[in-house]
Order: sequence, then structure tokens, then C-alpha cells
Amino acid sequence: MMNLRGTGSTFLFIGMTLGFLSEGFLSAAEKAPSSGPAILRMVVASEPPQLNSLLATDQTSNFVLGHIGEGLTRIGARGQIEPGVAESWKSTPLRFTFRLRENARWNDGKRVTAPDFVHAWRAVVDPATQSTTAFLMAPLKNAEAISKKLLPPDSLGVRALDERTLEVELERPCAYFLGLTAASTYFPIREDALKKWGTRYGSDAELLITNGPFTLTTWVHGASLALKKNPQYWNASQVRLDGIETAAITTDLGAKFNFFKAGKTDLIEQLGRENLPLALREGFRMRAFNDGGIYFLQFNFREGRVTRNFHLRKAISLALDLEAYVQRVNGIPGTPVAHGLVPSWVPGASGQFREEFPRPAPRQDLSEAKRHLELARAELGGSIPTLHWLTTDSALAVREAEHVQTVLDRALGLKIRIDSQIFKQRLAKSKAGQFDLVSATWGPDYLDPLTFVELLKSDHGANRGKYSSPAVDEALREAQSETQAPRRMAALARAEKLGLDDVAFIPTIEKNIIWVTRPELKGVIRHQLSPDPDFSRARFEP
Amino acid sequence: MNGFFRYFLKRLALGVLTVFVLATATFTALHLIPGDPLLSEKEQTPELRASLMKQYHLDQPPLVQYGYFLKDLSRGEFGISFTQPNRKVNDIIRDHFPVSATLGLLAISLAATGGILLGSFSALRRGQALDRATLFWVILGVSVPNFVIAACLQLAISEFNQKTGTEWLPVGGWGSFHHRILPAIVLALGTQAFLTRLMRSSLLEVVHQDYVRTARAKGLSPLRIFFVHQLKNAVLPVLTYLGPSIASVTTGGFVVESVFAIPGLGRYFVQAIQQLDYTVILGLTVFYGSFLVLMVLAVDLLYGLVDPRISLEGRTR
Repeated sequence: MMNLRGTGSTFLFIGMTLGFLSEGFLSAAEKAPSSGPAILRMVVASEPPQLNSLLATDQTSNFVLGHIGEGLTRIGARGQIEPGVAESWKSTPLRFTFRLRENARWNDGKRVTAPDFVHAWRAVVDPATQSTTAFLMAPLKNAEAISKKLLPPDSLGVRALDERTLEVELERPCAYFLGLTAASTYFPIREDALKKWGTRYGSDAELLITNGPFTLTTWVHGASLALKKNPQYWNASQVRLDGIETAAITTDLGAKFNFFKAGKTDLIEQLGRENLPLALREGFRMRAFNDGGIYFLQFNFREGRVTRNFHLRKAISLALDLEAYVQRVNGIPGTPVAHGLVPSWVPGASGQFREEFPRPAPRQDLSEAKRHLELARAELGGSIPTLHWLTTDSALAVREAEHVQTVLDRALGLKIRIDSQIFKQRLAKSKAGQFDLVSATWGPDYLDPLTFVELLKSDHGANRGKYSSPAVDEALREAQSETQAPRRMAALARAEKLGLDDVAFIPTIEKNIIWVTRPELKGVIRHQLSPDPDFSRARFEP
Repeated sequence: MNGFFRYFLKRLALGVLTVFVLATATFTALHLIPGDPLLSEKEQTPELRASLMKQYHLDQPPLVQYGYFLKDLSRGEFGISFTQPNRKVNDIIRDHFPVSATLGLLAISLAATGGILLGSFSALRRGQALDRATLFWVILGVSVPNFVIAACLQLAISEFNQKTGTEWLPVGGWGSFHHRILPAIVLALGTQAFLTRLMRSSLLEVVHQDYVRTARAKGLSPLRIFFVHQLKNAVLPVLTYLGPSIASVTTGGFVVESVFAIPGLGRYFVQAIQQLDYTVILGLTVFYGSFLVLMVLAVDLLYGLVDPRISLEGRTR
């Protein structure tokens, strides 16, 4: 041990000597940020696979696209829908007419026109584009028929009445359509650029024409991205940053922490649980953010699975103590226990959905759990086989599995076999139904409770357990055709209640993250939907 | 020289066979794993999925896919990445291998010089304080995994930079030579520790050989004895180990790359495995495999230069 300390201090000594030698040189460089341009520096978790808005699906791509591009609308600081390229709009349940800004420009100076939107939207639904986000276009008239190759792409319900007027026709009333037009899938695209660069469009900084608050200037694959304020942007006067730079690309949460600590970045958009005590000690400015996602357990309802038994599912849900779960598994202070499938932040008819349709907090009740387990035993013929728990290989997922394994064994004597797989394999096995219980998460695709409640629909892709209830399906159908917000929300709440009374899912927690910024960085907006974080209004204030 | 050439060709042919077997085994293993690269959390329509499957030939039976793979391979093409659909695997290797390679070469030179020097000193000062200190250092280097060292070193440097306001050693990123120092040290540590032990034991064997005694009796200077008679003979095992370790250090410091945010190849390999990106996994496996085979071959050829007693031609001595 002595030896180690000796080595350490020698090393420190060498470092300090070097430090003093270069002091003079560096102190000049150090002063630069305060007087120079306002550049926000951050670390991103991964490299964008590409920046073609027709195809982008992942979080980093959507983060970058949300800063370099803009759709008809944008999502404001409190989740409200604000005008983007469209300065105003009129709507009937089945028709939206958008009036485009006169001064909306591409970064090469050309006007953003209604045909730019028509072209992009048709390309998204065109099966030849192979866009995996085409499902977001489903509310548009004929979108589904086009994606099945039953109709040509130009039959899509969108038309340019003139250069500045865009008319959209919907297949059926869609309460959340306006919010969708802020998503990158709905961004305009320049037909000439797409033609010129073909499949290479969006694969490099030079192979892009965009219309957002920033412009991508440099993209070194795997290493860095640099965005510069776009002077052509219609609202450029409101953009206070001169640029955004990613100092590095890494998924390592410890590295993100160290980059921030060393002053190389201005924020940590998600703090690792291991770094929390360190961040506290450093006195970093920390804030909590409900990330929008929800964690839950899904049961398998396929023929022959013991989890088809209601009493078994009920026993398991009653045996869980979710407050303890938050502490032991998740470890992020302030993480809310999920009261339902719809998280607390989702808007309802006028306020928050969860406040309009409250559900009681889930409570552990061991005697009740044991009673249900006895009923389950009787119905299943005496004994309950070891349950197959499918999950991913992340530290959190393994911690979760082991926690539940212990709890169920102690409380009910139920045995669980943990099957932890890498992402794609877990996906394959859960799609094939090779599990009794699968641990899953879900994030919103659009701003409406439906994006969560529809998981209960019998034919929904992420309903991995093939839960099927005619009553739930009926309530969801009613919600989709209803135009009156309160009645629509009531139908959604009914579907959610029916599904959860059946214990189709056990919602566990809402995803909560802790993030850190430099004290002088203000106006960063966190969104549950992309782009997150949003720096379009961020600024440095001493 | 003719014999040498024949040996070289024979080894090269064996190398090609090794890589071929490796590629086939990896291909088979990938197709046995449940799931495929096109699976995604969000639902795809059957039409979309069919069209993507067709584009990547995944709709064909595995044997036909294997045929496509071999055809591409024979042209030195590894296909297009699934996760970065507008980048070829060849582009990924071309862009990121140089980064891993420069870092790896620096690390391996640190490891080799450090290992040989430290190993020699501790052998010559056997049983003394320096020897024991070296032993401690070696055990530390061999037993502490490099991600622990990386994280600790990075934390220490960020603390140090914060306290002193300097940036001579950056916490991470890639660019100047300064960015390479910390990751190279971390990458080198394990190999260096191992080489130190190897060098020490091999030198201890040599020290008591007759020819060393003869040299001493002739009145040669200790330095000359060390460099000409001892080091040259003792360094052979180190050389053997150097081949594979060059390959492993230059190609795979995923953890180090991730902690120091270095745009190297290791990260792509690990991501590809998580995403089941067939083309990238296969491409990088074949690339790494060929590199390893070449390095081992290069070391075997070097033997002949370092030690004339080793005959490459397989003749009787």
C-alpha cells in the first residue's frame, strides 16, 4: 500500500511540474470561453447513424435533427405546441390548413415552401424509402394503403395549394396530429438535394440542406459533431447560442461525469447512479427530469403459459413493494412509482391525464398475495413451475431481475429463472413469446395517452405477451373515433383500467433522471419527445 | 532463400485457411443466434420488413447468404452496415482502424520498453528492493482490469486539471498527441506487467549460462555483456508474446476507447454485437483475424533475424 501511494504522489508531482511549465500558455486559452462565442459543449452517447429526417429513428439523430431542422410546429418549454415553419393554421376534425412563414429559409437561402413538405411526407410513406418511422404518418389519408403498396405515394392526403399553403387531409380524426408535425419525420426536405445525393443524403455534414436554428458544420465520424447558429433561420434573433459542439462520443457515464468535472462540457444530460454521491460532493447544480418513459413487466398470455392464470399474476403484483424497488433497483432519488400505464407527465383533456383519471398507488399486500397464490395453485393443479424471466443484460435489468427473484421467493416461494440476453436477442425471444415474464420499457411516440394505452391492444407490436381483451380493444376503438377530448380521455382511461384490472402488465416506475448544468447555462429545455435536450433557447449568463 | 520463401508461402496459405475457417464459424454462429439485425422495438409493417429483408438478402436460405458473403469477401468487400445504412464496413475500418492502430502502437512500444527495462533491472537486482517493488507493480498491472485503471486515472486527471487549471493531459477525446498519452498508458499497463515478468524470468535463466561466464572472464564490460550476450538471448520469449499482443492492443481496447471517448474500432465492434449487425461483426472479425495471423507470422519471421539458431526452413540444424 505504501508503495502505491508513493507511485501516486510521484506521478502527481510530475504532473504538477508539467502543469506549471505550461501554465502561462494555457491561462490565455482558458479565458477564451467567457469573452468568445457562446458555444455549448456536451458529450453524446452515440454517433447518429445518419441525419436523413426521412429515416432517423434513434435519439442522437433526433437530437441533432431537432436543432438543425424544423417542422410546421415545435414543442415549447412546457410541452405546448408552438408555430414553427407554419405561422398559423386552421383545422376541422379531418382537415388542417397550414400557412407557412414568408421568411422561413433553408440554410442556402432558398424559401421553405409547401411542396418541400409534400415531397418529404410522400417519401416517408413510400415503401421504397424503407422508413421505419413511417407509422407516425398513419393519421394521414391513405398513408397505410400506400405503405402496403395498394396506392401510389402521390395519393397521400397532403397538398400544396400554393407556395405557402399546405393542406392536410386525415384518414380519421386524430387528436394528437398537430403535435406530430413537430417530429423530425414530418420535417420538410429539399427534393433537389435528395435527388443529387441519393442514399448518401445526410451521411456527412456537406450532404445536407436544413432549415433549423442551427446548421451542421462538421461531422467527424465517431469523434465529434459541430453545429453553428444558422443566420438564415426565421427566428434567429431568439437563438442565443453561437454553436453546439460535442466534445466526444461515448456511452460511458463515468466518462461523461469526468468530462464535465474537467470543464470540457457544459452539462451532463443524464448522471449515472454511481456518480450521484460524487456530484453531490462537488456541489454540482442538479435537477430531476421525468424522461417520459415507463418501466413495466409483461406477462405471457400464450396458450400453455401459467401466467395466463389471473390469480398468479395478481399474486405477483401484490407481492411487489415498489417503493423498495425504487431504492434497491433504480437508486435515482425522486423516481416516482407508476400508478398506471400512463405516466404522470402526459397531458389529458385539459390538465394532466393522471390527475383527471387518478389511480391509487400500488401497495404491497402479502396476505392478499398469498390468498391469490393459493387460488392459482388450486386452478393450476397444485404446483407452480419455475417462471421464466426474460430481460436484457444491462446492470439495471439484472439488478431488477434479482430483486424480484428474491422478493417472490421470500414472500410466496415462487421460483424465477433469469434469462438475461443482449438487446436484439431479448427482442427476438420476446417477439417469439419465449418467456413467462418480460421486463420492458416504453417511451412516447407522440403527445397523447394513447401512445401508452395502446400497448394493451391485442394486435399492438409491443404487446409481447399477446394479451387480448375484447373490452379493451372496444374502448380503444372508441377513443380513436371520438373527437371530443373529455370523452376520448375517458375511453382511454377505461381501456387502461380494464387492462390493469386484468394484470396484463405491472407498471413499475416512471423513468426519472438527474441532470447537471453549469450554473451560467440557462434556458435548456428537456422534452419527453425529441429533441432532448433542446438548446434552441439556451444561453450563457454570468 | 528459396527455403525461406517456401516457408513463407506455406505459412501464408495456412493463414488464409485460418481466416476462412474463422469467417465460416462466425457466420454460422451469427445465424444460430435468435433474432436478426432488422428487429426493432417499434413495430414494422410486414411489407417494410419484407423489403428490408430482401435488400440484405436475409430472405434467402443461409447457404445462399453464405455464398453472397464469400463472393463479397473474395473481393475484399464486407458489405453495408445495418445500423449505419449509408456506410460500408470497409469505410468503418478505414476511418477507425488508424485511430486504434496509432493508439495501439504507442501502447505496445510503452509496454515493450517498459517491460524489457523493468524486467531486466529486476532480474539484475534480484531479491533487492527494486525487484520487490517491481513485483508489486506487476501484480497490480496484471490483476487490476484496465477499465478500473482507466476510470481511476481519468477521475484523478480531471481532479488534477480542475485544481491546477491546466490541460496538458486532457480527460478524454481525440486529436493531439496529448490525447493519446493516458489511454496508451492504460492500454499498455497489463501487457507491460506481463512482459516484465517474462523478461525477468528469461533473463535470470540466461545470467547463469556458460557463455555469460566466458564473456565475463574475457573481461568484457558489464554493459556489453548485458546488451550483446544477455539481452539478445533473453528477449526471445518477449518477442513471441509481442505478436499476439500487438494485435490485441491495436484492435481492442473497447473499454479504454469508451472511457476516453476515442473514435476507435473497438466501440464499433461491441456496438455491432449488441445490435447483431451481421455485416459489421463479420467484417471486423475477419479483419481482426487476418491482422492477428499476420502479426504472428511477422514475429516468427523476426525470430530468424534475432536468433540465427532458429531455422525457418525446417532443415536439420
